[in-house]
Amino acid sequence: MPFSIPGSPTAEAAGRRGRVWRRLRRNRLALSGLAVLAAVFLAALLAPLLAPQDPFRQNFGLVMAGPSADRPLGSDQLGRDVLSRLLYGARLTLSVSFTATTAGLLLGALIGLLAGYYGGRIEAAAVWLTDLALAFPGMLLAIAVIAAVGPGLTSIIIAAAVYTTPQFVRLARGSVLVEKQKEYLAAAVCLGESDLSLLLRYLAPNILSPLAVMYTIQLANIVLIASGLSFLGLGAQPPSPEWGAMLSQGRAYLQVAPHISLFPGLAIMLVALALNLFGDGLRDALDPRQER
Amino acid sequence: MSAYILRRLLMLVPLLIGITIVSFLILQLVPGDPARIIAGMDADETAVQEVRRQLGLDRPLVHQYLSFMAQVVRGDLGRSIRTGRPVLEEVGRSFPLTARLAGASIFIAFLLGVPAGAAAAWRQNRTLDYAVMGLVLLGVSTPTFWSGLLLILAFSLSLGWLPSGGTGGLGHLLLPALTLAAPAAAVTARMTRSSMLEVLGQDFIRTARAKGQNEFKVVVGHGLRNALVPTVTVVGLQFGYLLGGAVLVETIFTWPGLGWLIVNAIFARDYPVVQAGVMLFAFCFVLVNLLVDVLYAFLDPRITYG
Repeated sequence: MPFSIPGSPTAEAAGRRGRVWRRLRRNRLALSGLAVLAAVFLAALLAPLLAPQDPFRQNFGLVMAGPSADRPLGSDQLGRDVLSRLLYGARLTLSVSFTATTAGLLLGALIGLLAGYYGGRIEAAAVWLTDLALAFPGMLLAIAVIAAVGPGLTSIIIAAAVYTTPQFVRLARGSVLVEKQKEYLAAAVCLGESDLSLLLRYLAPNILSPLAVMYTIQLANIVLIASGLSFLGLGAQPPSPEWGAMLSQGRAYLQVAPHISLFPGLAIMLVALALNLFGDGLRDALDPRQER
Repeated sequence: MSAYILRRLLMLVPLLIGITIVSFLILQLVPGDPARIIAGMDADETAVQEVRRQLGLDRPLVHQYLSFMAQVVRGDLGRSIRTGRPVLEEVGRSFPLTARLAGASIFIAFLLGVPAGAAAAWRQNRTLDYAVMGLVLLGVSTPTFWSGLLLILAFSLSLGWLPSGGTGGLGHLLLPALTLAAPAAAVTARMTRSSMLEVLGQDFIRTARAKGQNEFKVVVGHGLRNALVPTVTVVGLQFGYLLGGAVLVETIFTWPGLGWLIVNAIFARDYPVVQAGVMLFAFCFVLVNLLVDVLYAFLDPRITYG
């Protein structure tokens, strides 16, 4: 490691992370967001231990029964325990959202890095594709993808990844264009660093901050979009306890048993809120000059 | 100015072509044999052949795309597989409904978002500011397919004041428009607040206060007037996201707009309708973005576009 000397961009990035964490720890809202996320993660992980009932077990004696001591969130239209279904549903929501957003981040950052660094035709093609993808409003691109590949949980991951990748491409490319003007990169070029080293050891660590903020904000978006697609019937299919699908199936019983739809919606909102809170805090911690 | 508009229009061409390619590819990417899927699993081979010939699926890909393009340019979008009627007719009937919904939502978003954002900036770091920012956070985190149901539960099922779905007068429009407007209002408020904060920190505001003008005139007359230009841009861009969000809201309120049409066409494997709907949505979004950019250049004389 010839370049881990103090003051080098990589060492600086490591020192910055400590400062960021200290600032983040003082932000109570961001911390509460993180706490909620941790709780949902644990709930998903420990769903088989925590769930009081089998999430698929139908009990026709308890059809649409409201919340009670025995079943704190009530039963759904088939007498299944809503709480147990929510706990298992957390697994789906989290795994779908994280897989799609992580795929978008990795693919988007890679394309953005290469486009910004090499320029020329690679950049022109990446910009055209990004503009094209962003020409489809909101979740419509995701819907177009599902129209082609057919409904299902895997389709949602693909569709959400396709939706989110261009956002990361645009951000990564923009950040690289800014970093390219800085002196440390010119210095590294003069030292004869290879393209690969410049990309991975100099540029990548230095565009990490905006990408990290984008990642949490996009995660919140993807949670809403993925559950929205399942709500439309384009994603998880019954009897899956996916939150959007649960909400959709409860719609028909809104008047007699509103709890079937209300609790899954509340869960979706809580996760999106926690992600947005943490994302806002992260942005403030990474860029203290920028006031909210 | 006209040179700028002309150049922007030219830049649109590759994008529009790209949109037609994506829409064209929807059918091509369908796993398996699209002709077999459209004709139905129990259709006999001649029926499948007929569909294949009708859709031109037996010809090379580039050839297919070019004839697809030729049709699009002539305004012929094929026939709906489900209803047998021309796609243009189906899409043409549902598009005004989506436009009405999105238009009403943008109006509400502006009406709620701008005053809220301005008030938050005026009372920065005070209770009012925190309240507005809290609502903003809720607005961007609440799924519309849940808030819409809450509104139906409260105003249709419990109170019986407003219909829970369908189209008709203003009463039918109010709940879906409110649902769709909420996230856009939140983004508008956030944008108004931050551009107001920037403006309120400037010298001419201090001058206006120093000469003893009343606070309302300072904040609204001097502050908001100058903060509105970037806000208008953001509100304009929200229009596109409203078009996308309309898909969910139309489904909740059984509002037979373009989004509703597309979702139902997906279930019916009515691919010509899906293709045309997706294409129309994207065309609209791109045109609105262009209009917003031009409007921005027009509103802000400091910006010159060579």
